[in-house]
Amino acid sequence: MTKDHDDHHDHDHDHDHEHRRPDVALRVKAIESLLVEKNLLDPEAVDKLIDLYEHKIGPRNGARVVARAWTDPDYKARLLKDGTAAIAEFGYSGIQGEDMVVLENTPGVHNMVVCTLCSCYPWPTLGLPPNWYKAAPYRSRAVIDPRGVLEEFGITISSEIEVRVWDSNAELRYLVLPMRPAGTEGMSEDELAELVTRDSMIGVGFPVQP
Amino acid sequence: MNGIADLGGRHGMGPIRFEENEPIFHAEWERRMFAMFILAFAGGHFNIDQFRYGMEQMAPAEYLTSDYYQHWLHSLEIWCKANGTFAEGEIERRMAQLAKEAA
Repeated sequence: MTKDHDDHHDHDHDHDHEHRRPDVALRVKAIESLLVEKNLLDPEAVDKLIDLYEHKIGPRNGARVVARAWTDPDYKARLLKDGTAAIAEFGYSGIQGEDMVVLENTPGVHNMVVCTLCSCYPWPTLGLPPNWYKAAPYRSRAVIDPRGVLEEFGITISSEIEVRVWDSNAELRYLVLPMRPAGTEGMSEDELAELVTRDSMIGVGFPVQP
Repeated sequence: MNGIADLGGRHGMGPIRFEENEPIFHAEWERRMFAMFILAFAGGHFNIDQFRYGMEQMAPAEYLTSDYYQHWLHSLEIWCKANGTFAEGEIERRMAQLAKEAA
């Protein structure tokens, strides 16, 4: 094989690679323009969806569910029995939240959620997932070293407490119901919702201690 | 199942990479890609299992090193070609045209 041939081969390889990486923005733009031209995509619907998931749907939804469960025992019972229906009482439903299971943390059990195969996440209650949830380090390790992973999030779970890891799938999504912090007895539901963090509902954090 | 997407239990993926004050989207193309996926899904171009299968067809090294929404792009292209929405080379031709217009 001559040097020239090697060079040529490398060039082709780089060229193929560029189709996917540096040109990704152009590629997406090209696909959008083609879909619009073929009347398969409404550009206004694209803008509306972006606004919805960037500004309106997010972990504040889940926080309201958690705060209600902390203050209303009947609601909590409904939530644990049929998460999808109880969450829909707030109007949170639809894509990526069709089948919801709520996992209650207790003094003896800490739950955490992962999607090892992909990025399945309960959009109606938590919005779109952060990058770390979708990336290989969390997905690979949550199921073999959950306590080590939790340490990376800055939380230590005592060896007395059982850690349960739940692997999401395309249909079924999980929401962790964290324990209500001590010293919050007099707080209203709205005040309590402010204490509920996104990470506490994934099971990689705790609510804010007031 | 034997594929790169089956990451549970794999070794060597390194520490979790956190991002302070992470935005919902990191670039405009991610916004557009996200919304196109939802609308293509709602429009019946593919079902959720097909979509995930499409992402799993990425070359392993590419799967692990690409941005998340590139996985979606990969799958969207597969299904839009499979159902005849895009002819071979049509995306590349439009890319060249858009690049020329922008130049």
